[in-house]
Amino acid sequence: MSSANAAPVPRLDTVRRVLTPEGCELELRLAGGIVRARAWCIDFLFRLLIFWGGSLVLTRIGSLGMAFFLLLYFLLEWIYPVVFEVLWQGATPGKRLSGLVVVRDDGTPLDWSASVARNFLRFVDFLPFFYAFGVLTMGLNRENKRLGDLLAGTLVVYRQPVAAPRVTDDDATEEILPFALSETEQRALIEYRLRAPGFSYARAGELAQLATPLTAGLPPDDARDRLVHLGNRLLGRGALAARTEGGE
Amino acid sequence: MPGARQKQLAAKREAVTEITSENLPSAFRRLCHDVSLARDRNYSSVLIDALQQRVLAAHQRVYGARGDLRGRWLNFLGGGLPRLARAERRFVLAAALLFFIPLLLCLMLAQIVPDSVYYILSPETVTQYERMYAPETKRLGASDAAAASGQLAMLMFYIANNVRIDFQCFAGGILFGLGSVFFLVYNGLTIGMVAGHLTEVGHAQTFWSFVAGHSAPELIGAVLSGAAGLKIGYALIAPGRLPRREALTQAARDAVRLLYGAAFLTFCAAFVESLWSPIRSLPFALKIGVGIGVWGIFLVYFCCFGRGRHAA
Repeated sequence: MSSANAAPVPRLDTVRRVLTPEGCELELRLAGGIVRARAWCIDFLFRLLIFWGGSLVLTRIGSLGMAFFLLLYFLLEWIYPVVFEVLWQGATPGKRLSGLVVVRDDGTPLDWSASVARNFLRFVDFLPFFYAFGVLTMGLNRENKRLGDLLAGTLVVYRQPVAAPRVTDDDATEEILPFALSETEQRALIEYRLRAPGFSYARAGELAQLATPLTAGLPPDDARDRLVHLGNRLLGRGALAARTEGGE
Repeated sequence: MPGARQKQLAAKREAVTEITSENLPSAFRRLCHDVSLARDRNYSSVLIDALQQRVLAAHQRVYGARGDLRGRWLNFLGGGLPRLARAERRFVLAAALLFFIPLLLCLMLAQIVPDSVYYILSPETVTQYERMYAPETKRLGASDAAAASGQLAMLMFYIANNVRIDFQCFAGGILFGLGSVFFLVYNGLTIGMVAGHLTEVGHAQTFWSFVAGHSAPELIGAVLSGAAGLKIGYALIAPGRLPRREALTQAARDAVRLLYGAAFLTFCAAFVESLWSPIRSLPFALKIGVGIGVWGIFLVYFCCFGRGRHAA
């Protein structure tokens, strides 16, 4: 714990840590530009659909329709994101489909003021063409904030997956850890184990050789297997395999 | 130890089954303790992740709780808005000057140099305005196409258009205040020029009887949205003893509240503009009188409301 708290070292990944008043650390996984652009595109399609549907109905009912047509356009342009973000757990339909959610810097849900600030600033983020200011600002800070997020003090993060990590192969051999590993090291090992089947054998071996105390002196393939087996141990793969076999 | 552990588990199960507002804080603290323990003892990441999910959910409910909005917006209009405007009077005054000085200058310039309107507006726009306020027109202040589509369409148009300008004026503040300054000065110039030109060409009576009623809420709304933008811009230029980002976020809170006030005033102005202002049958003096009355009410509202006992 102490090492995690006292580390102002810039992190390479996109995890942002938030300290709660209870002294508990939360991890928020920041969303990048591409997935946010995707969410925006989905929202844009939604708005287009609503606008199209609305215009089909409203243009048939004369001047009254014209009146509500203007109102609809205004609401879709300015109010749509605010209402969804505040009343629908911090996500517009596009964000929800992309697995994103908007929270305040301290991890709490948005309120009206924050949502108004970040969404009305879209007008400036959009300048001078197609979110150029927004993208530029996102590149200039570590938390992928566009101007609206800076003003409102908000973050766009992933709605965290609840599913436990999945292993795609059926290698379940375990090896006992030779010494205790810190949580970060364990996580790295598990990440490696989960991704190893996706690497080429040579690349996986090359990477495995970097974990020196664990794989010191081993040839690449053995080093890979060793890390995978240690990872299996951390994931409890052996016990799981034994249980499913017993069940059948 | 197994006894203690079981007791802990039992307590946890109990907390999970019935969480009320009374036991949530203590359940939350227990949960946080569990996470710390799990981290400290290097329990599996899967467990820590699962616990963290719960901490996040509880954290959002405990600290993200929002108060009831129902009573608050009435309080805001009854005293909060004038109090806020007085507290931010530096920005409100700056915005008012940036808006009204160009407006008055243009108003005067149009009397002295009749063609000066073409420095700012295109001849087509000017002709359109002249037609809208021509003494023989049936409906005031509406272009031909809009007038045909009725009162309600005009109302929606005014809401959509004028409130949008408020929002843009606010958003422009993030560009070190320059966006807001631009919108304030530009709108001041245009409005002043149109008013001056129409007075000069002899549409004075129709024009002023149209704008008198809604001028107070509309112009004050424009000034307040500009003030909100200036506040944001100022936080960027002179953040004081705070880091710029922190100053910005703090300024945003009050700026957004100013914007709420501005949007509300502009929203009200749209109703007056579409329902009261176009009526032609009423005498000129009455419409001007009402306009002055509305200005008076707003001055009293912003100077006197929200003082006294309830001012917290």
